[in-house]
Amino acid sequence: MEAQLQALKTEALEKIAAAANVKELNDVRVAYLGKKGPITDLLKSMGKLPAEERPKMGALVNVVREEVTTTLEERMVILEEEAINIKLQSETIDITLPGRPVRTGNPHPLTRVIEEIEDLFISMGYEIAEGPEVEKDYYNFEALNLPKGHPARDMQDSFYITEDILLRTHTSPVQARTMEAKGGEPIKIICPGKVYRRDNDDATHSHQFTQIEGLVIGEDIRMSDLKGTLSVFAKKMFGNDREIRLRPSFFPFTEPSVEMDISCFKCGGTGCNVCKKTGWIEILGAGMVHPNVLEMAGYDSKRLTGFAFGMGPERIAMLKYGVEDIRHFYTNDVRFLSQFQRTEV
Amino acid sequence: MLVSIKWLKEYVNTQELDPAELGEKITRSGIEVDAVIDRSHGMTNVVVGYVESCEKHPEADKLSICQVNVGEDGIQQIICGAPNIAAGQKVIVARPGAKLPGGIKIKKAKLRGEVSNGMICSLQELGIEGKLVPKAYAEGIYVLPENAEIGSDVVTNFDLDDTVLELGLTPNRADAMSMLGVAYEVGAILSEEVKLPEATYTEAAETAESMLTLNIDAPEANPLYVAKVIRNIEVKESPMWLQQRLMAAGVRPHNNVVDVTNFVLMEYGQPLHAFDYDSLKTGNITVRHAKQDEMITTLDDAERKLSPHHLVITNGKEPVALAGVMGGANSEVSDSTTTIVIESAYFASGSIRQTSKDHGLRSDASSRYEKGVDPNRVIPAAERAASLIAELAGGEVLAGSVIFDELEREEKIVKVRPDFINTRLGMKIPFEDMLEILERLKFKTEAANNQLIISVPTRRQDIQIEEDVVEEIARLYGYDEIPATLPETEARPGGLTPYQAKRRIVRHFLEGAGLLQATTYSLTSEKSAKQFALTETDTTRLLMPMSEERSILRQSLLPHLLDSVTYNTARRIDSVALYETGAVFLKTDEELSNEEEHLAIAMTGLWLDNSWQGEKKPVDFFVLKGIVEGLAEKLGVELTFERGQMDDLHPGRTAFIILDGQRIGVIGQLHPTEQKERDLKTTVVLELNLAALLELAADPLLYTPVSRYPSITRDIALVLSKIVEAGTIEKVIRTAGGKLLKDVRVFDLYEGDKMEAGKKSVAFTLTYFDPEKTLTDEEVVAVHDKVLKALTEVGAELRS
Repeated sequence: MEAQLQALKTEALEKIAAAANVKELNDVRVAYLGKKGPITDLLKSMGKLPAEERPKMGALVNVVREEVTTTLEERMVILEEEAINIKLQSETIDITLPGRPVRTGNPHPLTRVIEEIEDLFISMGYEIAEGPEVEKDYYNFEALNLPKGHPARDMQDSFYITEDILLRTHTSPVQARTMEAKGGEPIKIICPGKVYRRDNDDATHSHQFTQIEGLVIGEDIRMSDLKGTLSVFAKKMFGNDREIRLRPSFFPFTEPSVEMDISCFKCGGTGCNVCKKTGWIEILGAGMVHPNVLEMAGYDSKRLTGFAFGMGPERIAMLKYGVEDIRHFYTNDVRFLSQFQRTEV
Repeated sequence: MLVSIKWLKEYVNTQELDPAELGEKITRSGIEVDAVIDRSHGMTNVVVGYVESCEKHPEADKLSICQVNVGEDGIQQIICGAPNIAAGQKVIVARPGAKLPGGIKIKKAKLRGEVSNGMICSLQELGIEGKLVPKAYAEGIYVLPENAEIGSDVVTNFDLDDTVLELGLTPNRADAMSMLGVAYEVGAILSEEVKLPEATYTEAAETAESMLTLNIDAPEANPLYVAKVIRNIEVKESPMWLQQRLMAAGVRPHNNVVDVTNFVLMEYGQPLHAFDYDSLKTGNITVRHAKQDEMITTLDDAERKLSPHHLVITNGKEPVALAGVMGGANSEVSDSTTTIVIESAYFASGSIRQTSKDHGLRSDASSRYEKGVDPNRVIPAAERAASLIAELAGGEVLAGSVIFDELEREEKIVKVRPDFINTRLGMKIPFEDMLEILERLKFKTEAANNQLIISVPTRRQDIQIEEDVVEEIARLYGYDEIPATLPETEARPGGLTPYQAKRRIVRHFLEGAGLLQATTYSLTSEKSAKQFALTETDTTRLLMPMSEERSILRQSLLPHLLDSVTYNTARRIDSVALYETGAVFLKTDEELSNEEEHLAIAMTGLWLDNSWQGEKKPVDFFVLKGIVEGLAEKLGVELTFERGQMDDLHPGRTAFIILDGQRIGVIGQLHPTEQKERDLKTTVVLELNLAALLELAADPLLYTPVSRYPSITRDIALVLSKIVEAGTIEKVIRTAGGKLLKDVRVFDLYEGDKMEAGKKSVAFTLTYFDPEKTLTDEEVVAVHDKVLKALTEVGAELRS
């Protein structure tokens, strides 16, 4: 019986070594270690042995079974690995093929510019104020120190709907409305929106465009506060090494009035085509709120002062992104719009 | 305003500053210099020549062979094509080697076999705009005065070695619409004195009043009128210096009388007009409002119908000039004029502005009157003109003036405290520096009780209040000196309103869903204004549109958005998905329109395009509906869709979007006819009242504990009549399913040929769930049977 066992072991180990794949090995397992296999048979036939031989023989069978099992499992690991390798090889893909596209849209470039400005000022404690695009002459002009017949009304030829109603020519009426609504309280707002002027559309003019304005009113607001605020704005929008300069200008609703230039972000001030060789780029208009404007809205201009500034997102987008024709913003060519997808930071 | 630096130097020392440097200083102090124009354009080798003889070219009708004395190099043959060339003329000769504006180089040449040693030039060839060239020389060469020195340099002898600063004036700086005004500004910047022009002439014994009577019938519009009478004049061409001054200033020379009035206009900023005395016929000037439908022919030969708010100058009977705007043809100074009346007047700005606007007529005179002229220059300007005309036209100035004067012209007093100035600026400008700046500005200032009492010269009508003085001090002290600080305001958080914040969420959601944001125009045509409008109202029309295409305020965003889609597909971009948010304008009984913020979406082409993996999905109704449903979920609002119809949308593929029982939008596929009209393929669209969506406050967000108990699903396939909508069946299932039915979803739709005609199969997955416990089979069966029974009752047949 012992010899029989040894022969069985040798035979089993040979079969294990010869198994070429997992399935063949599993067949070997069933054949030798299964419930109907020869080892089990041997164990079953132990009953025929004399009682004193049984423990010895039992141990021997177990040793053989153990050895066969271990060898088989070791062989199984190798065969499984081989099987996986074959499977993996067959599953290799061409990783240079394009990925499944994820559709993404993006904001209009003007929205992008406007929200960037909004967010900067929100971080400095400003609120966003909005107002109607069809506006009363009163808020668009009169409340801003532009009475009927004022020569400066020529600066902005307007689309009138009736004698007293027009499409707003700037976002400043939102300032006038906010002041009126706040009834003499301090204000810190940014007003973005669409505006309209009687211009023929060409590369640099559009009868519809956008503006974004800011207004701060409080006790002892000084012109230096305006300068500091604009300087922060310029650095945020156009880079930390931007310098600003103020030039005297005129707006009926501010006194003093200024225009702000920034040092050219392309050449740094040495002169290039972006700054037309001057080293400076005109960005916005600003000034200290005219006392007439404050008084019209019910503010005591002796006690409260303020500053205001306004700019054109189109101009900023044109400068920042090198857009040469303002009409691109309103044509909605997908090849134009989809370029404003990626981040700049 | 064009400022010749040579001319400017007659009034103020510019300290030999380079023109660009001077321009920069002027810009930094408050008047923007838009351009610095070199009048010489780098010209060389252009000299005075004398045409000794001039003969027709034997080979060319239009050419002349001229023998021209050019000075040192003697007589040279030059071929000239100008019709007005003649022997005995002094002309402008560009010698071989000369450089002319526009990069033109003159070389020796042969013209039809004849040698030409240079070119005889027109003024245009010297870089002078055609509209500024005197009419007599507009079509040919320019003829120099007889005293021009042969061989001398044209550029230096005729003031072309000059630079012109083009000023971009803001409306407040009307004072700088004159050479003197600019001189005061430059004087203030450079701390230089201003030299005023002189007016000296010998008066005749006879008085002006003996020849001319004056009536002012509209003193409120014309509070000051000065007339000078000059007789025995000879009207002729102006001397070269005067012509060059005018051309440098952008004014075309005419004759000595008109040129002097224009010269003084430019010099003082005071408009003048010269009448031919004899043409007046009556020896009278009456200023009055025009009569209704009275007519006048102005100097530009236009016949104009007048009304009572136009001010006219008359001869006592009929209009001879449109006051302050343009003279009349009937009293124009001509070559035969011998006696003239020079008018210098103060007209109220409002009246001139109205007249100028009504007639669409802006002149150098009206643009100055509109902004207000200096009341203290009216009389000096008249004197200056009389003096120049006496000098240049040989006239005899009658004694005195005919004058009407009710004009107030006191200097305005502005009082301001130095610390007010410094507080406003956030600066510490010393008191002495303020005084010094006011002195440079020539503002008479007294300092008393820590206060500056300033008498503002009448030329500076823009200085009215303390803040104006703040600006004057600051701009001349230098804005660079202002420190940079931030406002000290109370600590309040800024931020977006909930509405604004949600608008951004909508934007991000739509962009995440693959849509590009578009922006279109608010003004549209009558035809497009109401297409796809959600609310029926009248349209809002502009009083004076620039075109019919942009004459009405839109009531929906879709028409222009669809235009943008077509724009793209016409350029072979087949898949387009755009959205726009913006106001639409609904007319109301209120003064202002009701502006409603809308969202529009338009999509065409492929939604999913992954061809190599065989995935291609064209856009359809459900792609867009899915976006709207997702958006509603994001905003926490419940939208329902109700079958509906709208013009230009597919009648079977259109739904209204309902929020709280209100119709707030429409979604659908374009009607095939509309698609064709717009040259589009299948296109789905949405127009939605976004405001209605954003104005709803969202519920507070509270988490629901994730249940430990499993849910159980059951699939059922139903055979339905084709006209029964899945939504109807879903409602039946939900009602019958009650509390335990957590979700119902369509997972299959079959309408193929295996179905009986008129039938379709719709399959639903029902999810049962009890958050409190694990559902038993019995419980599920009970409720599921109820659902099946309810379905049978509505005629849905369970598909085996």
